[in-house]
Amino acid sequence: MELIQPGLGLMFWMTVTFGLVLFVLTKFAWKPILKALKERESSIEDALNSAQKAKLEIQKTQAENQRILDEARIERDKVLKDAQATANSIINQAKEKAGDEASKQLESARLSIQSEKNAALTEIRNLVGNLSVDIAEKIVRKELQSESSNQALVQQYLNEAKLN
Amino acid sequence: MKANFLKHLPNVFLIAVFFCFITVKSLASELSDDHKKFNAGEMIIHHIVDSHEWHIAEIGHTHISVPLPIILLTEGKIYSFLSNRLNETSEHGVKAYGEFIYNHGHFEAKNGSRVYDFSITKNTAAMMISVLLLMFIFLGVAKSYSTNQGKAPKGMQSLFEPLIIFIRDEVAKASIGPKYEKYMPFLLTVFFFIWGNNLLGLIPIFPGGANVTGNVAVTLVLAVFTFAITTITAKKYYWSHIFLPDVPKALYPLLIPIEIIGMFLKPFVLMVRLFANITAGHIIVLGFFSLIFIFGEMNPGLGFGVSIFSVAFTLFMSMLELLVAFLQAYVFTLLSALYFGSAVEEHKHAEHH
Repeated sequence: MELIQPGLGLMFWMTVTFGLVLFVLTKFAWKPILKALKERESSIEDALNSAQKAKLEIQKTQAENQRILDEARIERDKVLKDAQATANSIINQAKEKAGDEASKQLESARLSIQSEKNAALTEIRNLVGNLSVDIAEKIVRKELQSESSNQALVQQYLNEAKLN
Repeated sequence: MKANFLKHLPNVFLIAVFFCFITVKSLASELSDDHKKFNAGEMIIHHIVDSHEWHIAEIGHTHISVPLPIILLTEGKIYSFLSNRLNETSEHGVKAYGEFIYNHGHFEAKNGSRVYDFSITKNTAAMMISVLLLMFIFLGVAKSYSTNQGKAPKGMQSLFEPLIIFIRDEVAKASIGPKYEKYMPFLLTVFFFIWGNNLLGLIPIFPGGANVTGNVAVTLVLAVFTFAITTITAKKYYWSHIFLPDVPKALYPLLIPIEIIGMFLKPFVLMVRLFANITAGHIIVLGFFSLIFIFGEMNPGLGFGVSIFSVAFTLFMSMLELLVAFLQAYVFTLLSALYFGSAVEEHKHAEHH
């Protein structure tokens, strides 16, 4: 058999055998293998993608949580501040009111003292007046017994009244 | 993995040396048997070309060979017998059986009619063994994909999966494009067929050692498969590129024949490249061994001296051939994929041509 002359028999058997092996391997080996590889690759890719998605989701959730936390903190600060302010204003109001009340009471006390004083003074005055009248009456009664002295007394009173 | 390989390297080395010596022994026995001058060229050609029996060794005068079925077709009738039924005749190199004469590797009918030789020759048998091996391996691998579904690959599966993915991603997808899927079975089959036979050809003893991928009939059939698939699946752009090339009309008489020749030249080159590379590898290895006997005929001591270098060089060549075995399978597959790619290529402006 020559080196570069293709043998008829070998060509025939090669065609038959290679065709057969091509058919058998295509049907029973390559197609299932390639299909399995493709399926595995796509499942790996899906898994990676969903892991990536989950990671992003977690990041998003974490950011959300942080945001909520920050908001809550700000809210708390605000509430505390408001409460402080309210408390302060209430205290101030209370103080003011108490001050007002105190001054009002003081005022009314002063007024009542004043009026009491006036009343007392009036009473004293009346008393003194009555007493004076009484005394004067007694004196007059006694004095009227002498004319001259009456005259003098009247004169004296008149003088006094003028001075007033 | 690497450390594991290195651990086994001394064993691989020993086995390689052992096989080298087996071949040396069988060659040496051949030499002593014939008692004639050693002819390196004849010996090498005998080991490279196809044969009707699977010769393993000769020890003394005893031939050790595996008889192979001879199938002959003449005048519409089929004759079949085993190769060891051939009887020696008085003439050297000529044997006979019944109606047939076996003359230096060719069958002739005694009545002079045309004989078609469909024998299961050494290469046919080796090719069939390799095919059985391929089917055994890859049907097993395919099975483990269904039993091992959704899990990490194991055993043979994890050995071949990277190669299958390599052919798919680096060869088919890269060369053919999005329509790669329908070519995958052929590319995978051709890759593992060539690689497997290249490796089996490097094993010097039965059932390896046959020069299957270094046989022009085998590479011709493989190239014809590539050519047929290219031609059958070719799209409009492929044909327009050949018959309506993008040149002035005056150049058509020159360019169209060139394109048509190119169409056939591509598979022809595929055929020759694989055949020549593998055959050359075998010739170099056998050439180094022949040196032993060429020098041995001058002086036995010289022969033993040269054998050290011959074995060392053969070992080196065998390692190189392991690379070539893979490389040629890859090249054949890659070029087939490129031809398929040109067949299904579609340009947006293809209509303008």
